[in-house]
Amino acid sequence: MEKKDLALYIHIPYCVKKCDYCDFLSGPAGSEEQAYYVRVLQKEIRSFETISSIYKVRTVFFGGGTPSILEDRHITRIMEQLRTSYDIDGEAEISIECNPGTLSTDKLKTYRSLGINRLSLGLQSANDDELRCLGRIHTWNDFKENFILARRLGFDNINVDLMSGIPGQTMDTWRETLEKVTELEPDHISAYSLIIEKGTPFYDRYSTPEGRKYLPGERDDRLMYHYTGTYLAERGYERYEISNYARPGYECRHNTVYWRMGDYLGFGLGASSFLEGKRFTNTSDRDEYWDSAKGSYQRFRALEKQSEKATMEEYMFLGLRTLAGIRPAQFEEKFRRPMQEVYGGVIDRLCTGGFLENSDGALRLTDKGIDVSNRVLSEFLLD
Amino acid sequence: MGKDLSHIRNFCIIAHIDHGKSTLADRMIEMTGLLSLREMQSQVLDNMDLERERGITIKSQAVRLAYRAKDGSDYMFNLIDTPGHVDFNYEVSRSLAACDGAILVVDAAQGIEAQTLANVYLALDHDLEILPVINKIDLPSAEPQRVIDEIEDVIGLPAQDAPQISAKTGLNVESVLEAVVDRLPAPKGDSEAPLRALIFDSVYDSYKGAIAFIRIMDGCISSGMKIRMMATGAEYEVVETGYFGAGRFIPCEELSAGMVGYVTASIKTVRDTRVGDTITEKDRPCSEALPGYKKVLPMVYCGLYPADGAHYPDLRDALEKLQLNDAALQYEPETSVALGFGFRCGFLGLLHLEIVQERLEREYGLDLVTTAPSVIYLVHKTNGEVIELTNPTNLPDPSEIDYIEEPVVSAEIMVTTEFIGPIMQLCTERRGNYLGMEYMEATRALLRYELPLNEIIYDFFDALKSRSRGYASFDYELKGYVRSEMVKLDILVNREEVDALSFIVHADTAYERGRRMCEKLKDEIPRHLFEIPIQAAIGSKIIARETVKAVRKDVLAKCYGGDITRKRKLLEKQKEGKKRMRQIGNVEIPQKAFMSVLKLDEE
Repeated sequence: MEKKDLALYIHIPYCVKKCDYCDFLSGPAGSEEQAYYVRVLQKEIRSFETISSIYKVRTVFFGGGTPSILEDRHITRIMEQLRTSYDIDGEAEISIECNPGTLSTDKLKTYRSLGINRLSLGLQSANDDELRCLGRIHTWNDFKENFILARRLGFDNINVDLMSGIPGQTMDTWRETLEKVTELEPDHISAYSLIIEKGTPFYDRYSTPEGRKYLPGERDDRLMYHYTGTYLAERGYERYEISNYARPGYECRHNTVYWRMGDYLGFGLGASSFLEGKRFTNTSDRDEYWDSAKGSYQRFRALEKQSEKATMEEYMFLGLRTLAGIRPAQFEEKFRRPMQEVYGGVIDRLCTGGFLENSDGALRLTDKGIDVSNRVLSEFLLD
Repeated sequence: MGKDLSHIRNFCIIAHIDHGKSTLADRMIEMTGLLSLREMQSQVLDNMDLERERGITIKSQAVRLAYRAKDGSDYMFNLIDTPGHVDFNYEVSRSLAACDGAILVVDAAQGIEAQTLANVYLALDHDLEILPVINKIDLPSAEPQRVIDEIEDVIGLPAQDAPQISAKTGLNVESVLEAVVDRLPAPKGDSEAPLRALIFDSVYDSYKGAIAFIRIMDGCISSGMKIRMMATGAEYEVVETGYFGAGRFIPCEELSAGMVGYVTASIKTVRDTRVGDTITEKDRPCSEALPGYKKVLPMVYCGLYPADGAHYPDLRDALEKLQLNDAALQYEPETSVALGFGFRCGFLGLLHLEIVQERLEREYGLDLVTTAPSVIYLVHKTNGEVIELTNPTNLPDPSEIDYIEEPVVSAEIMVTTEFIGPIMQLCTERRGNYLGMEYMEATRALLRYELPLNEIIYDFFDALKSRSRGYASFDYELKGYVRSEMVKLDILVNREEVDALSFIVHADTAYERGRRMCEKLKDEIPRHLFEIPIQAAIGSKIIARETVKAVRKDVLAKCYGGDITRKRKLLEKQKEGKKRMRQIGNVEIPQKAFMSVLKLDEE
């Protein structure tokens, strides 16, 4: 019997210094804690190994935090554990998130030898003032050096994360960032709008009426977004998801699994999984996680599948994030009900409003729909 | 205590808000030993949560204190706390009628304030003896002598001997108790005469039924007696008589002339124990009822709707229960296209409305949508029929209307002379009819106006206060109805008329009101995925328009490591926000928008 596809996510909750806008589960930690964390991670990875008989791993993603600050021996141990416990496809996409300024020749060589074949570099901006404002630890030059080094060592699939909506950012500085980055010809670009999250220094600084004055306005933000699409298209990058652009053939396979509701397992503190119709998320409490990693699989077995209603909702609001959109025929195949029967009213209304369009046999967001995707997608939650 | 009235004192306390009425009352209760310090909850008399929070008294309260004076004799004090708002003026007047004297508390730092005066004059109208007390003398900014002079100058009361106290620390409170004995009069009355008792308030108790708070003017009342309510004619047999402990009822064998207490008689609701009614003995009635009784009628109506239509039965039950204890509250079912099933409710005034609304929300856990308050209009139709209109939606077609009459009040506004100009201007803006002005003394004047009730129910009191920096007091009573050019203003949201937002307004101010209503709604209605026109119309004529612009951007945050649950929560929050709104066509209108008309004058 042919094995089913599986994606693996490994969360590394450590970084050199937490950025001022960051609300992810991450923070600085000493070498000893890192070593202990990796041991716990191995236990959790092992606890699921029985599923390797029915799944083949197609993608692996190290996210954080900044996974690249882990000492090389730790990354090596994790990769070895993964290969021991699972059947990893020889063609698998294996990505690691890196912060500019944390990479070296030795580190990159180690990654290559472990089979890591995709780098995701968190640049955010090519403007050093903006980087400082964000509380990043690196400059544009640090990034550029790391990028060139990675290319020289043979990494032929590199993503660069960019951010619009940074305090003080203008259309001009954003244009400059795009130009400088595309000059280096990365294979993939993620461009997100900054969201001011509660509990971050940015929230205290920029959520007040006074603070908001420093943020680009709604109009400028949208101009930047629309410009991004046009400019990157000219440079040969196609938008395949609301915030993701790639040269043909370089779409991130791992993220596509999330949007297409494929099976994935997340290991580590606060990591999320979706496997066999069950959604679950690890605890975000360090001590609790350390006690529970070993029994992870047992807990998963005891879970109930999520309802068909929830699955349908997710199928819609995740699938519509991709520019390929949703095919009614596939919906019907998966849920054995016509999409029109469940969502006809919503779809008609949103199409009339110009937020969705039906073309080439697929339903997808229009540019107007992307701008207000939060509103549009929330319409697909059923009562 | 027999029939010797010389050891009874029935009195109330008059004070401007924050001048220390409740603190003094607490202190007196404590010092007469009715409660130990530990049993005291601050402000015993204001025992509704709402009252404590707002620092105002809504219901009358009473408490009996036993005091041994320095002369060695024992006295019975009945302290009656009175409501303090113009909505409840009638209740105040009945409470004062139950007293023989009043303590006037004045803040030694602030001096006399306008509101105090209105109440002092009301007390003088009821021939109450007034005992001035200077409070808060412990404050560094206290100027007792200046305040004493002021009391003598402004009110004309001798005040040189006024006790100077600090109710907070208890300093000299003893001297207030002595002054009550020495300077306030004992009640008069004949215990042998036929029963004549004034109902000054009542509460509903689920075991005892309506409990009437009474002051016996003549005669005696005891259990088993057959009594008659002189205004309603209803007859009952007395079950229990008693007096007031702090926060509880203490039964006693009988109440006789001069005393204050309560009576129960298996009375089903407080509508049968009407404030101001006279209780007499059925078989030996008094010749004449006590003066001053009025049937309390609602002056203001509004629609109350459950935010969630499924809670309609809960709202009905809650109103039923509230009405047991609130004779002035009226309600009947109605239906709105925008809001579904609800009730048209009648209130004494806007404060009363707010109190009922808050109690429904707090005590009964209901989430409510309230429509704009309206007064009662008399609509004369061409066929001779006259309609009492309490809901703007029910206004007949203009072709069927001959003319409309609106209620007017005669208002008295007391104000320091420097603010006469701004206050007169305010009254003119509110379509007031100037009747006259008298100088009370060199710096204070009494303005008399005839004002349409619909101009004062919303925010007149607030406007008055802000334009006089708080130095204006205001009193009114319903005068009657006058013919007026009233029109119905409709609001269209995304070209659909929203019935619950319609209101009746004078033709001259319709344009201005319509414009401001549109502006207000523009702020209240959140941006949608499409542009929403908001229009004000009279009949088919659009008189104002605003536009709620479409949302330009609302993009989800980065979805990290496949954490779909978090993303789902964001979407659910978005959707949940919509649930708290009312769907009118394609537009979601927040529930508080239905009260927008109330806030048109806010800057």
